This record gives sequence, C-alpha cells and structure tokens, in this order.
Amino acid sequence: MACFIVPVGEAIVTTVIQKVVEKKEKKYGMKIAKERVLNWSQRLRLLNGLLWGGSILLAFEHIWHGEVVPWPPFLTAMKNPAAVGPMLHEMATIGVGMAVFVTLVWAVIMTVVELSATSMSEVNIEYTKEGS
Amino acid sequence: MWLILTTLAAIITTLIWYLKDPKNEYKLGLLALIFWGAALMWFVDHVMAYLAEGGEFFEINADATLLGISVIIVALMVWEITLFISDPKGVFKKKITK
Repeated sequence: MACFIVPVGEAIVTTVIQKVVEKKEKKYGMKIAKERVLNWSQRLRLLNGLLWGGSILLAFEHIWHGEVVPWPPFLTAMKNPAAVGPMLHEMATIGVGMAVFVTLVWAVIMTVVELSATSMSEVNIEYTKEGS
Repeated sequence: MWLILTTLAAIITTLIWYLKDPKNEYKLGLLALIFWGAALMWFVDHVMAYLAEGGEFFEINADATLLGISVIIVALMVWEITLFISDPKGVFKKKITK
C-alpha cells in the first residue's frame, strides 16, 4: 500500500546526515584513518544508495499495482477511510521491517569490510617487522 | 517473480562492477546499489506476506514477469540519467563547448 514511504523517510534523514558529515570532513580536512577503508560520508553514501534505489523501484511497483497515483491524495488507500488503518499497519510492520533490514545488511557489510581491512593492515605490519 | 529478476540483476551488475568498473567511473556501483536495495526490501515484503497470509512465496505469472522486466528498465533509466549528468567521458561537455 505505502510501505516504501518508511525507507524514503529514512533515506531523507540519512542523506541530510551524510551532507552534514561530508561538509565537516571537508572543513576540518579529515582524511581516512590508516586502518579505515571508508570515511563516514562514504559509508553513508552506500546506505543512501540502497535506500533511495530500493524506494524508487518499490514506488514504481506500487504505481504498477495502482496503489500510488500521480494525482492527490497520491495513495489510493487514502480515498477510503476504512483502508487508512491497514495502510498505517503495513507501514509500521513491512515498511519499518524493510528499513531496519536494509540498515542491518549495510551495517554488517561495513563491519566485515572494516574488520578485514584491519586484519590486512596487521598482516602488513607483521611482514614489515619481519622484513626489517 | 520481480524479486527473482531484481536479485539476478543485482548479482550480474555487482559482478560487472567488480570486474570492469571497480573505480566506479561508469557508476555501476550505483546501479548495483539500486538493485540490491530493491531486492532486500522485496525480500522482507515477501517473507512478511508469506508469514501472514501463507500461499506461494514467489508469484510466478506473466504479469509478475513483466513487472520484473519493467523494474529493471526503470533502474537502468535512473542509472543512465545519473551517468549522463556526471558525464565521465566528457562527451556532453565537448559538445557544449564546441
């Protein structure tokens, strides 16, 4: 019905956060720490890509199924007062589930990338010690 | 069916990005993110619908297949517009400055 609105909301928030973080990183000349692969603005850009990309395609699917229309009130469920309740329930369950799942997958990927980079840099330090 | 097609598109795009465009010059990383984002969201949608209503997990019929193909076309259009705006080869910049 309108489950994609929840990831869209999260995408708006994370995009604003990413822009603010990016500005701060530029202002203070923050560079990526030696043991880090990505700085925070780059990490948030990946999350934004997942959220915006997914939301756009989901919005298209809703248009396909006639649940979203290009004229007010845009959501067909809003026309019928009896359908508003189920729509809000769907947003609270499936919509929130989607947003949480995408964020969890992103967090796991970022953790794995950073952990593997840290272990690689430790291996390099070991090699350097042995070599010197 | 659109979940299967979108996941397939995500896997193929990620592979092409890894092999041909690791520096993300042609924004294949963005296309992969678009597909993965949608695939993850539809996966949650399918699981929750399956748990709540039961029935078949995948909807396999002509309409669902057509939707899957249309979704891929929409993603490709979004990617192409972004690519042309960034213009990594400078094709449009050259045309404008001529």
